[in-house]
Amino acid sequence: MPHDHHDHQHGPSPSGHPYRADNDGPLTYWQRMEIAVRELLVEKGHMTAAEISAQIDAMDERSPARGAAVVARAWSDPDFRAQLLEDASAAVRGFGLDIGPLNLIAVENTDRVHNLVVCTLCSCYPRDLLGLPPDWYKTRAYRSRAVFEPRKVLREFGVELPADTTVRVHDSTADMRYVVVPARPPGTEGMTEEALARLVTRDAMIGTGLAKRP
Amino acid sequence: MSDTDGRRWHDMGGQPAGPVVPEDHDFALWEKRVDALMVLCGRKGLFNVHGLRRALEDMGEDAFETMSYYERWIAATNQNLIETGVYTIAELAERMDEIATRGPSYGEAQTGAKDG
Amino acid sequence: MANRVRVKALAAPGHVRAPFYLRGRTGVIERELGVFGNPEQLAYGLPAEEKPLYRVRFTMAEIWGAAAERQDDTLDAEIYGHWLEKV
Repeated sequence: MPHDHHDHQHGPSPSGHPYRADNDGPLTYWQRMEIAVRELLVEKGHMTAAEISAQIDAMDERSPARGAAVVARAWSDPDFRAQLLEDASAAVRGFGLDIGPLNLIAVENTDRVHNLVVCTLCSCYPRDLLGLPPDWYKTRAYRSRAVFEPRKVLREFGVELPADTTVRVHDSTADMRYVVVPARPPGTEGMTEEALARLVTRDAMIGTGLAKRP
Repeated sequence: MSDTDGRRWHDMGGQPAGPVVPEDHDFALWEKRVDALMVLCGRKGLFNVHGLRRALEDMGEDAFETMSYYERWIAATNQNLIETGVYTIAELAERMDEIATRGPSYGEAQTGAKDG
Repeated sequence: MANRVRVKALAAPGHVRAPFYLRGRTGVIERELGVFGNPEQLAYGLPAEEKPLYRVRFTMAEIWGAAAERQDDTLDAEIYGHWLEKV
């Protein structure tokens, strides 16, 4: 074969986001560094190529859908909701999800309180639950402004809060990671957990969005 | 003469900044590999996420503005592995030089890619 | 640890996790999180002492004064005990 086509990606991505054209573009200095570091780590016996592939697969499996399933359970099961708010790591593990060493805190949105999560110092995110953070979460704009003018930032995401809602911003400065349990939308009585989970977006679990209406 | 309040560039909370543009992209294979290498290095005790952050901070604001996220991550991962002695600077430089001869694209520069 | 605490107003020249915008600000301990290895040592590949970590809640008025969007909105951050002093 001329070359291995698994390194090539063509066409639109499943999520609708653009792929980076890095695989076929000219080889960059930093890509050469990645290849060199990976090869040296494997050759020196620190890890195997199979372990690297398995880790990529494990991260690919972590997506906002997992968090959405947790939220849907919390909406449906008061005991689970109480446990989630008391000890989110234990509740999520009890729910059957592998979240590695994650120390998770769940914060709940109500008709009086809206929670918003940021990491001003770097890009801390509950990746072991939700997958990798979106690009905007890591930008100077979000990191700088979410702690000073959260309501203005929320408006840039299209979220206008009622006047009597208190905003609680959570800066992930150390060892905890945060997930927002969005408020359950009206008109969802009697819906199955599976149907409820489809209303829970990634942004709703960061706090920059609300759960969708059915 | 110079003076400073001691605030470091990465410590951004409350600083003035422009609007949040809710952009995202799907990660390329090489970016996923950088992420996986960092996670596995941590799991195997070669270095930890605090060392990664320290190296990212020490790379400075210019790196933040001009390099992509995972470009910065591989640079910071390398910095930690050099410090830990996992390989030498010369070993890395020679390997990167050899990789440049393999082919013009990332896909073609993989070992074994040609007989995959 | 007192319920009301102030973040030490230090400007450390290395890797620390106490954000600059909270230094010198007073808040209330929202919960105790247990002990964690000190990132100020871990970041340099050093053996780390275990440090208690607290989740501290500040009002936006305390942090930003009159410039706050809403005085009684809040900001929670995790601060290691050695960065906190009793008020």
